[in-house]
Amino acid sequence: MKKNLYKIAFLLLPFLGMEAQQIPAPKQSKSILIMNATAHLGNGEVIENSVIGFKDGKLTLVADARVVRFDVSAYDQVIQAEGKHVYPGFIAPNATLGLVEIDAVKASDDENEIGTFTPHVRSIIAYNSESRINETVRMNGVLLAQITPRGGRIPGTSSIVQLDAWTWEDAIVKADDGIHLNFPSTFRRSGWWAEPGTIEANKEYTKQVEEIKTFFALAKAYVSESSSQKNLTYEATKGLFEGSQTLFVTANEEKQIIDAVEFTKALGIKKVVIVGGYQANKVTDLLKKNNIPVLLQRTHSLPMLDENDVDLPYKLATLLTKAGVIVGLENSGDMERMNTRNLPFQAGTCAGYGLTKEQALQLITLNTAKILGIDSQFGSLEVGKQATLFISEGDALDMRTNKLIQAFIQGRNVSLESHQTNLYKKYKERYNQ
Amino acid sequence: MKKLLFLLLLGLPFSRLAAQDYFPNNESVRNENNNFTAFTNAKIYVTPTQVIEQGTLLIREGKVINVGKSVALPKNCVVYNMEGKTIYPSFIDMYTNFGVANPAAYSGSREPLYDTKRKGFYWNEHIRSEVNASGFYKYDSAKAEEFLKAGFGVVNTHMADGVARGTGLIVPLSDESKTNKILFDKVTQHFAFTRSVTTNQAYPSSLMGMIALLKQMYHDKNWYKNGNSTYKDSSLEALIENEKLVQIFAAEDKLNALRVAKIGKEFGINYILKGSGNEFERIDDIKKTNAKFIVPVNFPDAYDVSDPYQANQMELADMRFWNQAPTNLKVLTENGVVFAITTDKLKKLEDFKSKLLKAIKYGFDKTKALEALTTVPASLLGKPAELGNLKNGAYANFIVTSGDFFDEKTILYENWVLGNKYVVNDMNSKDVRGNYELTFDNKTYQLKIEGELSSPKAEVKTSEDKKVNAKLSMANNWFNLLLKSDDSTKVEFHRLMALVTDTNQFSGKATMANGTESYWSAKKTSVTEKKAEETAKLEINKVFPVTFPNLPFGNLQKPKQETLLFKNVTVWTNEKEGILKETDVLIKNGKIAAIGTNLSDPSAKVIDGKGKHLTNGIIDEHSHIAISRGVNESGHNATAEVTIEDVVNSDDINIYRNLAGGVTTSQLLHGSANPIGGRSAIVKWKWGLSPDEMIYKNSPQFIKFALGENVKQANWGINNPTRFPQTRMGVEQVFMDYFNRAKEYDEAWKAFNAQGKKGKVKAPRVDLELQTLAEIINKKRFITCHSYVQSEILMLMRVAEKFGFRVNTYTHILEGYKVANEMKEHGVGASTFSDWWAYKYEVNDAIPYNGALLHNQGVTVAYNSDDAEMSRRLNQEAAKAVKYGNVSEEEAWKFVTLNPAKLLHIDDKVGSIKVGKDADLVLWNDNPLSVYAKAEKTMIEGVVYFDIETDEIQRANLAKEKSELIMQQLQEKNKGMITQEPKKKEKIEYHCDTLEH
Repeated sequence: MKKNLYKIAFLLLPFLGMEAQQIPAPKQSKSILIMNATAHLGNGEVIENSVIGFKDGKLTLVADARVVRFDVSAYDQVIQAEGKHVYPGFIAPNATLGLVEIDAVKASDDENEIGTFTPHVRSIIAYNSESRINETVRMNGVLLAQITPRGGRIPGTSSIVQLDAWTWEDAIVKADDGIHLNFPSTFRRSGWWAEPGTIEANKEYTKQVEEIKTFFALAKAYVSESSSQKNLTYEATKGLFEGSQTLFVTANEEKQIIDAVEFTKALGIKKVVIVGGYQANKVTDLLKKNNIPVLLQRTHSLPMLDENDVDLPYKLATLLTKAGVIVGLENSGDMERMNTRNLPFQAGTCAGYGLTKEQALQLITLNTAKILGIDSQFGSLEVGKQATLFISEGDALDMRTNKLIQAFIQGRNVSLESHQTNLYKKYKERYNQ
Repeated sequence: MKKLLFLLLLGLPFSRLAAQDYFPNNESVRNENNNFTAFTNAKIYVTPTQVIEQGTLLIREGKVINVGKSVALPKNCVVYNMEGKTIYPSFIDMYTNFGVANPAAYSGSREPLYDTKRKGFYWNEHIRSEVNASGFYKYDSAKAEEFLKAGFGVVNTHMADGVARGTGLIVPLSDESKTNKILFDKVTQHFAFTRSVTTNQAYPSSLMGMIALLKQMYHDKNWYKNGNSTYKDSSLEALIENEKLVQIFAAEDKLNALRVAKIGKEFGINYILKGSGNEFERIDDIKKTNAKFIVPVNFPDAYDVSDPYQANQMELADMRFWNQAPTNLKVLTENGVVFAITTDKLKKLEDFKSKLLKAIKYGFDKTKALEALTTVPASLLGKPAELGNLKNGAYANFIVTSGDFFDEKTILYENWVLGNKYVVNDMNSKDVRGNYELTFDNKTYQLKIEGELSSPKAEVKTSEDKKVNAKLSMANNWFNLLLKSDDSTKVEFHRLMALVTDTNQFSGKATMANGTESYWSAKKTSVTEKKAEETAKLEINKVFPVTFPNLPFGNLQKPKQETLLFKNVTVWTNEKEGILKETDVLIKNGKIAAIGTNLSDPSAKVIDGKGKHLTNGIIDEHSHIAISRGVNESGHNATAEVTIEDVVNSDDINIYRNLAGGVTTSQLLHGSANPIGGRSAIVKWKWGLSPDEMIYKNSPQFIKFALGENVKQANWGINNPTRFPQTRMGVEQVFMDYFNRAKEYDEAWKAFNAQGKKGKVKAPRVDLELQTLAEIINKKRFITCHSYVQSEILMLMRVAEKFGFRVNTYTHILEGYKVANEMKEHGVGASTFSDWWAYKYEVNDAIPYNGALLHNQGVTVAYNSDDAEMSRRLNQEAAKAVKYGNVSEEEAWKFVTLNPAKLLHIDDKVGSIKVGKDADLVLWNDNPLSVYAKAEKTMIEGVVYFDIETDEIQRANLAKEKSELIMQQLQEKNKGMITQEPKKKEKIEYHCDTLEH
């Protein structure tokens, strides 16, 4: 009986989720010019009346239409975008898109491998480039994401993808870009979800930090000399010591952040990023001195303490930016995959609480690209970078006006449809009948 | 007087009924103490207010025979001279589980049990009214000693398990007498908001479930009492039998106290409420209950905040509570609340006196303290003559002290219970504490004796100021000092003994390490000085004021209604006038008084609205914030009897955060764990007021229903489900079954009510669940139903149509767009999410265009939160209706204001800016639909509950308060006082599917 059930399940699977999937866009053969739009470059600058040209997937022209000389006829296609806005594609770091399709369906969940120190676990091979969620994320301007495993002390290695691809291999923008570390908390829960208890000081904290230090010390020793016996776990950390990979440390508390910074410095880990950073504003000097940026926790979250400023999560980006720390926004947490499409509005909220709109934009474009180490190709509208951008009816950080007209990933004209827009059309049809 | 005494004495031999007379005695010959015992020359507190100086207390066979200034002593009398001593009635703790162990915890399958397996008792196993604690009582001598040392003589005890816990009994803290094991049985009947450990019966899983269970239990009791039952129910019989006893309810929280008082009012029961020590936080409401209380003195220790990284993660409210808690008894007294004191929840009974003294230092009156330990508990227990005083005829339960009990230095010598002596500190023992010159073996030493009277510690130094190892013990005034010999190569001791009669000098025999004997002597040189730090302990901390609520951002005073005139503001009327620019709005007496241009009112405070937007307060149709202990009553598949109105939590910071996000009204819904959920509460966020003041006046009545994965327990991880339904097919049948039964129930009552006085039909049993469902059929209650997929949406509408009513609101309703026509035709509204999906299988087809599609088909659409975080930025969610589906800004704004008001049937009062409607308004710095907008002022009925400028001031004050509190706690630690490790309570933000026990 059980066997039969499985059979039926397998037979059904291909049909689930097949409805209304979009076809990844083919390579762009034309050169394209977008004219007269307001260009938000992602580096803080705005060009009110811009010309943006790209060819072979790369930006060839980004300029003020009123001052630069250019030849319209040199382009295969001209898009008139007067009154519209152009943005670099938004980037969602520390994301799990494609690793889970439906939260409550365990069979669709591939984000959390067992084990405590598993840097060798690689998210990219489980990344479902055909996730239906990706399509709904794209339609709000999020075109790139860092696919990150979850769970344990070191959940594994992430990779950066673009969100319109046939396979995970096609999707790769930067493979194995970073290793992720969940720093132990100085407080721990004593209850469980059904019977909440008290939150007490974590007596194991020092021991747990020591375990991390030991792990990395052993890993460093291993990678310094070629060994006859291969150790996959240590091997996976090699890039951290060479500087080709970044260590992303999830840490929200002041003490965690200080401890994390000190140990990474002592071990010679070259690139470190703090993820979460709820109390990062208390250690901005340390972060600046060590050139450590922050991927700030979800803007749309509640303050952790009753007495915290009501708007603290809204203004943290401002506090850090004003102190000179490079800040990007990440969106991990409840329903994080579907909520990725709200990343622009999380940035927009930051603008309501101190940042300029262009600064807020940087939180999900150039800053994040820098933090992820992909800023030579992505994150801003600058000549030479990949043509990963979109055109919106209006301000893309505001819900009312974030309405995408066209989006390009590496120059390819990607679909802004999804099974959701298809259902929308289908049921509009029902009411027209 | 003398004559009377004589008569009394004469009468004694006859009135004395020797209780043990009928007991066989095979151990010896009869040997009973029938003598009198007299305590003379003592200061005697007959009651806390009746004090005799130099008086005599005469007792016999466990009772007071006489007390007075001059009492004639019979010849057969043992006399104790109590010169300089004070005698108090011993204390009574009326709330303990002394000698009554908790029952064995259930240890069977982890799967929840839905229907009871026990026979002959109430249907719910958490109702244990049939338990008589006396049947389980076993004298606990170790615990008794702790009580005796603290000054207690008798306690009331019960089995602390379950919601209804059965009867309690009064026992003496002495097992000397064979017959007085129990003083009074079945004195009290106990209740609490805790589940029994003996069972895994799922119901009630929540506080509201417990409240509903109690109400139903009382209805059933009355029904049973009227002889309606055809079967025997021992639990109900016990309730009937015990209804005249003292009813004690362990409320354990200020808000629970208000809740219990309401149950009491409904059923005519005067509960005595066991408090938790936070009553001072809402003293006005506590006072209004007119209830008597039992309060603990377990004031928290200071937190160890020496690690600033830990301290900055601690809640200010917890620190503030530490600071304020010792004032609770004083505040209760000042407000005329009658209460007894209990040792309940003290970590150590030996801390009792120091905690009590702390309360007194913080202003609690000493006489009131004595009363709260003696006469008050005695009279609350219905034994004012027998207990808690030393009047003639009372039990001879008293303590003997060296002086004023409330003096820190006072020593408790003896604790007499039923005339039996228990020695706490030997009153004849000599106080040898002080500095001495010790002469021994031709050498002189300095001897310093410190510490407790009963266990003094010695420190010995040579004349060269070198420390000598020494150990002192004192017993029966025998002084015994072990001194290490000066031979450092050996571990050898000299033994110095002396019987102390004079503490100024004493001497005795010394047995040397080598066995030879000699003499030694000690001569007092000075008394020990009190250490500076001990006196420092007496200082009290500055007490921070209570705020309303007593949380960060609470107000010192409850905010007042204002007359406000907004000038030149953009007004989103939600009426046919649409959005008015450069307009004035006047609010007065809590209402919108005028809308127009060039308005003026001399009494109004004028607010410049240039560049700003004035809107209605946001209304959240679906919220779960501010709910105490459980959003789901998941113990049954239908729980129409429970109501969120019973468990509104006025002390939730999310209320303030909602106000800061422009939310003024929310419907607090039961969760979605069962097809028929509980009733909801519609509240206005009047921050600082009590739960009942937040609930809408004449509130329309709603109930939550639910469909789909949650109710069929699809994601609960249960291996062998036993609860019906497990499919959508079963869900329909649950509704059919309950509505059929409700209809029959309704008809039965209608028939009963219609028959007139002479009718022969007996009153049907009151069933709170069916009564609620009958209200739906009678269109007096509306359904808000949690729903996802189109099949189930259609199903419930068809069920409703069969019973002649309509579904009022579908909440979530993520596939509503698929059946918008059918919904329109049925007349149901939709309260949905702007863009949620992908979190479970049934939301696969959820699309963000849902709201727009439904709206375009003429369905009333609201966007709701179901989430504490999202609820504070519903303006942003409304804006998504503009993005997804091109709804106009004006209409999109109604999704979070007028439309939910319509769905809640409160649009006659709120939801638009119209003269005469409630002044529930928000002033925004920008277009409220913009991501950049923030609320600057949020008003309810003309009272400003959130103001961005006040908020800024509050922030600064909170930072200052926290740093002062931290400094106070560091000082406590520095003084050597006990501190506790940093910790805080875990908070759960509820969603629909949050389950807890």
